Amino acid sequence: MRFLLYTTGDNTQPSAPPTPQMIEEVGKFTDETKRAGILLATGGLGPSTTRVRNTGGKLAVTDGPFTETKELIGGFALIEVKSREEAIEWAKRFRKIVGDGDSIVQEVFGG
Amino acid sequence: MTDLETQRAIDAVWRIESPKLIAGLTRIVRDVGLAQDLAQDALVAALEQWPESGVPAKPGAWLMATAKHRAIDRLRRDERLERKHQEIGREMEVQEGQQEGDDLLRLMFISCHPILAPEARVALTLRLLASLTTEEIARAFLVPVSTIAQRIVRAKRTLTEARVPFEVPSGPELDERLSSVLQVIYLVFNEGYSATAGDDLIRSGLCEDALRLGRVLAGLAPKEPEVHGLVALMEIQASRSRARVGPSGEMILLLDQDRGRWDQLLIRRGLAALERAEQLGGALGPYTLQAAIAACHARARTATATDWARIVALYDALAELTPSAVVELNRAVAVGMAFGPAAGLELVDALISEPSLKTYHFLPSVRGDLLAKLGRHDEARLEFQRAAALTQNARERELLLDRAAASSRGETAS
Repeated sequence: MRFLLYTTGDNTQPSAPPTPQMIEEVGKFTDETKRAGILLATGGLGPSTTRVRNTGGKLAVTDGPFTETKELIGGFALIEVKSREEAIEWAKRFRKIVGDGDSIVQEVFGG
Repeated sequence: MTDLETQRAIDAVWRIESPKLIAGLTRIVRDVGLAQDLAQDALVAALEQWPESGVPAKPGAWLMATAKHRAIDRLRRDERLERKHQEIGREMEVQEGQQEGDDLLRLMFISCHPILAPEARVALTLRLLASLTTEEIARAFLVPVSTIAQRIVRAKRTLTEARVPFEVPSGPELDERLSSVLQVIYLVFNEGYSATAGDDLIRSGLCEDALRLGRVLAGLAPKEPEVHGLVALMEIQASRSRARVGPSGEMILLLDQDRGRWDQLLIRRGLAALERAEQLGGALGPYTLQAAIAACHARARTATATDWARIVALYDALAELTPSAVVELNRAVAVGMAFGPAAGLELVDALISEPSLKTYHFLPSVRGDLLAKLGRHDEARLEFQRAAALTQNARERELLLDRAAASSRGETAS
């Protein structure tokens, strides 16, 4: 089973830059997921977002950040594991390292 | 957390931690069966305590500490093991972090030891290193649970009685032992790959289990080109799994597959692994050669764009390295594509009397295909019918009978 793990947050507020220690720990964690054979792909996300909306066939393009929604921030990981619970366990381990905030775990079909 | 949630969380922790746990314990007690029992004891303790106390911050370390305590308890009770006690004390001092990977690699070598029958190696590896339950293994291999349970018990006993050392082999032994590990992983992969969509998920899940084991092994033995070769082969083959089966469950042959359905992520991973294998230098091994052949297909945007001449050359190298009638047959297919059906048929005809291919449905199926392309439809029909009678796979049979019917109408395409 494949799951997408990503972090969400408020993109309108500048967040504190990660400490060198956190960067190191996240690096170690990424290595661990690679060694465990579960990490298929991972990447960081740029700060600026653009929304493309279709309203009755009329397309509108708006630049973010958007105050009304929590945006996908930071980065994502695509993992292959045995169960949703296992995906959640990896998300917990990641969340312990990076501290307060949300990580979302979502199953990916096909792809 | 509810009890059920905690139990699921424990299950997930177990999947992640138990191979490392069993590996670390095997180093300490030098007995893979005892190590597994101790790990199981720790799991039972977790199931009892975590619903009350919550899942600890470092669940892996908790399980290891608990299992070590159980180890000491058991050893105190068991005087026969007393002599081992001091040695074990020393082993426990060893820093865990650095050891972890080495232990896991040693456990892989033990589980795939040539002293065990191939099916025992597969069962033990899935049990210890992929954290599958005995029931899951039995369902995946379509055999009774008791058969798998016995296979595992006997395997552990054999390893204990033979005093198989817990080590990474070196020198000339390494190649032989490593090839046994690779063979086990590839067996697991193929078992999953032969299960078609709609079959039991546990069965097709074997592909993922094998890929995970392969990726782990690539991290543990990064300098071994054949490990990367096998990973590349599995990633590329797995990339086609969705395209192999049509909407009503029928098999779709490689050249007829909708390449848009190939998983480009897995292809990219496979090509990267192949590049690592090739960069490590030396003559390409059998897995790397097979991966290179798979890569020729993966790189071709359309079936007609396939570099068949290169595939023929790769099969030449493979035939030299691992001569077999099956490789010759595959080579004949490639020759047929590269240099025309008559050239392919000539090679296939030379294989007709080959005893090892006598019941192999792929031989008449390939021959039928080449004959059809040459417009010899009556002969083609007979070959497709013969192949249909030989295959064990219902969906493949369907496909072959379709082709037989097409031949009797004088049509070449499937």
